Amino acid sequence: MKYKGRFGDYGGFYVPEVLIPVLEELEEAFYRFYKDQQYVAELSQLSREYAGRPSPLYYAKRFSEHVGFKVYLKREDLLHGGAHKVNNTLGQGLLAKYMGKTKLIAETGAGQHGLATAMIGALFGMETKIFMGVIDIERQSVNVHKMKLCGAEVIGVEGGTGTLKDAINDALRYWTAHVTDTFYLFGSACGPHPYPTIVKHFQTCIGKEARQQCLEQLGRLPDMVVACVGGGSNAIGIFSGFIDDKDVRLIGVEAGGRSLSSGRHAATLVAGRVGILHGAKVYLLQDEEGQIHDTESVSAGLDYPAVGPEHCLLKDTGRAEYVAAEDDEALDAFGLLTKSEGILPALESSHALAYLVSQKGKLDSEQIAVVNLSGRGDKDVSIVEKRRPLGN
Amino acid sequence: MKTYKQVFSELKGQNRTALIPFFVIGDPDFDTSVRIVKTAIDAGADILELGIPFSDPIADGPTIQKADIRAMKSGMNLGKALEFIRKVKDYKDIPIGLLMYYNLVYQYGIEKFFNDFHKAGVNSVLVADLSIDDADEIVGPAASAGLDTVFMVTPVTKPERMKLIASKTTGFIYTVSLLGVTGSRENLSGTIEGLVGKLKELTNVPVCVGFGISKPEHAATVAQAGADGVIIGSKIVGLIEDNLNDREKMLAKISTFLGEVKSAI
Ligand SMILES: Cc1ncc(COP(=O)(O)O)c(C=O)c1O
Repeated sequence: MKYKGRFGDYGGFYVPEVLIPVLEELEEAFYRFYKDQQYVAELSQLSREYAGRPSPLYYAKRFSEHVGFKVYLKREDLLHGGAHKVNNTLGQGLLAKYMGKTKLIAETGAGQHGLATAMIGALFGMETKIFMGVIDIERQSVNVHKMKLCGAEVIGVEGGTGTLKDAINDALRYWTAHVTDTFYLFGSACGPHPYPTIVKHFQTCIGKEARQQCLEQLGRLPDMVVACVGGGSNAIGIFSGFIDDKDVRLIGVEAGGRSLSSGRHAATLVAGRVGILHGAKVYLLQDEEGQIHDTESVSAGLDYPAVGPEHCLLKDTGRAEYVAAEDDEALDAFGLLTKSEGILPALESSHALAYLVSQKGKLDSEQIAVVNLSGRGDKDVSIVEKRRPLGN
Repeated sequence: MKTYKQVFSELKGQNRTALIPFFVIGDPDFDTSVRIVKTAIDAGADILELGIPFSDPIADGPTIQKADIRAMKSGMNLGKALEFIRKVKDYKDIPIGLLMYYNLVYQYGIEKFFNDFHKAGVNSVLVADLSIDDADEIVGPAASAGLDTVFMVTPVTKPERMKLIASKTTGFIYTVSLLGVTGSRENLSGTIEGLVGKLKELTNVPVCVGFGISKPEHAATVAQAGADGVIIGSKIVGLIEDNLNDREKMLAKISTFLGEVKSAI
């Protein structure tokens, strides 16, 4: 490997020997193509015409009135596929194409990354397999159906709790046996090097656009930028645009699940301890001996016991703050945005909104928060209906 | 305490290949697991490869994943693993290699882990998710604790890297016979003979072969290719799984199978 892939002491590539050559090949290809003129031109055209970039920055006036300060939504929910995930799958998918790979595999939790990979598989005519925990298949069935419609095979993963962690385990196992012809299109800015770097690169468009839109539309930078954190890709994408603007607070919101004290949550940075999982040294939810904990969250995309290495460093240096929002708070925020703006946020993104709601009365009315609305909530309607029945 | 060196040189004198069965410590429960390992020793095991169960074993196929789950459900933990190893060593002084995942070592404290497990009777610790690139995190502490090092080589490892791996290995090279995770296979991978030959050209470090070796014929082929040891995991762990409700039959099956392999190598 040419680079160590470290963020401070975090990250690295703690993988079985058999995966080293294929990660090396990926690293080499990424650094060869990511600035290549033709590659960049093709990606930017696809981002514009296929995915729908740039995404708008929208002033949520009625939501703002409720919380008592100004809230702007970075509308990643409007992209093709309904989430920020397409930024990454276009970038990596195109990389796979330039590398001459013809088969894609991916893990997925909420199904958004799986769907975004299945779309790209269809677009480039690549055979696509999506690994997904059986619990997630059940709770995100709309996305499962969409993936299949795009021609992808969805492989149910029974192990563990049948969620994102287990899907990654099986995708890695499959990759181990198919390293020669298969491209693993990893879904978040975590896992072994070079993924945290690659995924971040493809998500920085969110932050770049948002910063410029702030300057153009508001005439100034925001006071805070808020994003939900599962593996950390949408958050690192938007944070990256503001990281050098020291006066802009960066706030990552993790899944508080039932509650932090119950232990049934997925708030890795808030409540975890450093260890090694899925190829990286990062904060983890684990027991005393290092066995990985089962996690719980109403949002499948945040239901993961590890996190990206750069967030670990940002936590330690204090440049970003990490907090947790519980299931009920996220569901409340989902309801509030839907009612006040007519926008259905993904339950993942609802965690970021929940943080804003928790700040009601704590910020003055001229303060500006930009929140990354990482995805739309259509996939979550049945969960919300179950947890918050409308009645008649 | 018997070393790998002693075993390999004894076997070389007899023109034999080491029989190295793999079990997950505590599978399906502590006491049965002790009996299984003793049975394997009686059946002619020369070295033991023992796994400590982990919640997320990404290098393992379904058979060993299930063994991990059985062991964890029956209460296996690191304290009991130490006790287990001492029990085995009391029965016979046989070299023991651990095969495990990094987080368990890391949380215990790397130096303390190596010291405590060496004292209990372990000869080496192969960390499945730690490649040679980060070997320095463990090579120093392993050496100070008196442990040998074991690293993996696979069919896609380039010759330059094989040399690097050999240079950091004091125990034996764990040669992965195929591209894939652990699991028994109908046929032996076609790459293995070339791979063993290549390694033998590059290094004098003993070469043992594992992953997918499921029949006495497989073991014989590997031995003829020049390997110093044959590691058999999923096949015998599968015998545990298949005979969970009849412990005596389980032990008999394992004994018979290992006996057959022993005479094939
Ligand atoms: C809409 C949405 N937001 C956020 C996430 C969390 O992932 P990340 O932390 O990588 O942005 C997901 C993951 O599935 C998602 O679907």
